[in-house]
Amino acid sequence: MIEVEGLVFRYPNGFEALRGVDLRIGDGEFVAIMGENGAGKTTLVKHFNGLLKPTLGRVLIDGVDTRDASVAELARSVGLVFQNPDRQLFSETVREEVAFALRNFGFSEEIVSKRVERILGMLDLSEYADTSPFLLSGGERKRVALASVLVWDPKHVILDEPTIGQDYLQKERLRDFIMQINDQGKTVVIVTHDVEFVAEAKPRVVLMSKGEIVGDGRAEEVLSDRDLVDKASLIRPQISELADSLSDKGLPRGLIDAYSARSAILRLLRERHVPELP
Amino acid sequence: MSLSFLEGLRFARVDSPLHRADPRAKFAMALSFFASSLIFTNALALLALFALQIPIALMGRIARRWARSLRGGAFLAILIFLMNFLTGQGASFSIAMSLRFFCLLSSFSIFFLTTSPDDLGLALEQCKIPYAISFTFTTAVRLVPTMAMDAQEIIDAQRSRGLELERGKLLRRVRNYIPILVPLIVCAIRRSLEMAEALESRAFGASERRTSLTALRMGAGDFAIVALSIALLASSIYISRSLQMPSLEALDSLLSFKWGFAQPAALGRIPKA
Amino acid sequence: MPQIKAEGFSFTYSGSKSPSVRDLDLAIERGEFVLLTGPSGCGKTTFCRCLNGLIPNFYPGHLEGRFEVCGMDIARAKTYELAKLVGHVFQNPENQLFSLSVEREVAFGPENLGLPREEIRERVEWAMELVGISDLRDRAPYELSGGQQQKVAIASVLAMRPEVLVLDEPTSFLDPKSAKSILETIAKLNEELGMTVILVEHRLDLASRLADRVLIMNEGRLVLDGEPRRIFGKAAHLLGVGLPKVTLLFQMLREDGLDVGIPITVEEASAILRGLLD
Repeated sequence: MIEVEGLVFRYPNGFEALRGVDLRIGDGEFVAIMGENGAGKTTLVKHFNGLLKPTLGRVLIDGVDTRDASVAELARSVGLVFQNPDRQLFSETVREEVAFALRNFGFSEEIVSKRVERILGMLDLSEYADTSPFLLSGGERKRVALASVLVWDPKHVILDEPTIGQDYLQKERLRDFIMQINDQGKTVVIVTHDVEFVAEAKPRVVLMSKGEIVGDGRAEEVLSDRDLVDKASLIRPQISELADSLSDKGLPRGLIDAYSARSAILRLLRERHVPELP
Repeated sequence: MSLSFLEGLRFARVDSPLHRADPRAKFAMALSFFASSLIFTNALALLALFALQIPIALMGRIARRWARSLRGGAFLAILIFLMNFLTGQGASFSIAMSLRFFCLLSSFSIFFLTTSPDDLGLALEQCKIPYAISFTFTTAVRLVPTMAMDAQEIIDAQRSRGLELERGKLLRRVRNYIPILVPLIVCAIRRSLEMAEALESRAFGASERRTSLTALRMGAGDFAIVALSIALLASSIYISRSLQMPSLEALDSLLSFKWGFAQPAALGRIPKA
Repeated sequence: MPQIKAEGFSFTYSGSKSPSVRDLDLAIERGEFVLLTGPSGCGKTTFCRCLNGLIPNFYPGHLEGRFEVCGMDIARAKTYELAKLVGHVFQNPENQLFSLSVEREVAFGPENLGLPREEIRERVEWAMELVGISDLRDRAPYELSGGQQQKVAIASVLAMRPEVLVLDEPTSFLDPKSAKSILETIAKLNEELGMTVILVEHRLDLASRLADRVLIMNEGRLVLDGEPRRIFGKAAHLLGVGLPKVTLLFQMLREDGLDVGIPITVEEASAILRGLLD
């Protein structure tokens, strides 16, 4: 469990990036932390593996206060995947790159090679095992970065802006993968401002603005709330705006993705015996 | 040894008469202090030279930052003192050398604290230095905060993968910096390629004769600064040559360092007239 | 005479085995707002590089066929000759800003062109005013937010008074509100100045309403070319292009037998459904 209690964080230059955050994320949950750039999302998740320590308040990871543990210790259970893979790739081969963390944690070479092969397979990177990571395309490098964190099987996985620079197919794939590892029992937290991506995955959504949490609940509720979304400087999913504009005609609230909208609309049209329907 | 003395070299965006002065005038001033401090070997003269910079720093409203840069240089100053003293140069000379270091550091600290890199680049251009050089300079300055951020992100990412930078023996610690340096260099190269593309797209090199939006013009105040700087240098030369300066040589006999070395005079130093 | 014309054009980067762009036949008239999209690696960026002379000067390689921009053959023109006529805004806001103040940044291009000081001053004021950043003039670009940085980049390019504006995924790093703001600015430039715009975007929900024409590329080829509503009604979704969700919804409804048009905006979708339910 990830517990955040009264978290206040001030940068050395005095800027207060987090102004009193309370949050509890249970094991195995799937949560999206959303808000505009500068809302404090990344600052918040950097507290989960101890990169940042609270100015006031505290953060507990599975009961351990982050101030009492080193980043390396916390990282064993909290895997943080950063936005830009180029800010971490350094090895000669993809295999070496992915093995890095395992070696830091002191795993035996036997286990290292087994785990590396496994994660490369899971992320379709096996063919690149002996390639230099610098020669891969942008999307492939992002997968290598993801593999290099998942390889040590952390209990909680945090992805910071995983959808930036990805095209539609890559995002679909990513979403499927995220849901897969969540199904396997991992806690998954994604930091993003991609509303449509989140609308289809339907995680719990935590909205942040200017260092505070302004909304927390099911995606269907939070993302269709115009005022909340506006406060977080985001734009609502298109389907949500559509549903809103037709609420007087009987379209239910809380529709945020195309698939549920389709069912709802068909049902509504049948009820009204609309002739255009075959 | 902290790098805080480097902070004292960074431009401080404040408004002051010194900030508004032409960089070329300020450079003349810095050069004059620099040269003057090299001329003197007398501790009291150097102290006076140093003290002269205090009102200048105050006028530039950067006194606190200036003091910080000197504090950062304190370690080196002490080192210089020790190196001189322990090799038998005598207390007064060693103190003088430390003071000289402070003067040198301070003269350019004031310059950099009160001159924006933009204006500096412009000054270089107007001194007919090839544009490529001044552009390289301002770009380098502009990239410092960006690269610092890169470095921080890289360190964060690697620590999140279990890299421990504080632990281990010396060799291990040095090796641990490879996962930091490699991405940093790669990012720098990538960035420079992207910047090159963007430069081409803004017609860099389109015209032989590049013009500029703003131009530096030396005003009366700037010429006054240059005049005073020349006066300072001239005075320093005169004073060091012909005036009898009170010295701290009394200290030498009190604090002489005997390490099997002879007295300072016997080391071949020219005795004061 | 079309402003941009390609005839049987193919380009292979030096060192690459296969062309990044193949058999391109295309004509774009002055004043058009063209939206270019497609999966990663489809050749969009290569196409953009041809427009301002980065290909073949900065990126050497093998050209076949013909590509003319503003009457110049790109195989023969120098980059700065084309750069005067075709402005290029890049994806990463940071790496296209060189100066230590916004004003200087916007002046950079005209300075390179060797224009007289008064004219530079005039252009700088005009460009900053048009984009709405006059109040940022003394700020350092690297201190600004991503959205502000992109606006500075656009103003800097505008100051060269180009005839064509090329923007390669300018909203990639921006949050939704900033992205919307940038796209509105671009639309304004097209409307008020009659500037030809080539916009490469993945965010079709925000961008498709602005375009007169959509080009979809895949594996180096131009596969679809036409008016947005017509294109999105077709095989677009099969190419891994992220359609606006309302468009996706109506495509699905069409599969269910409800053929009532393909909207690309929420307003259009709402109007169609309202018509059905009345």
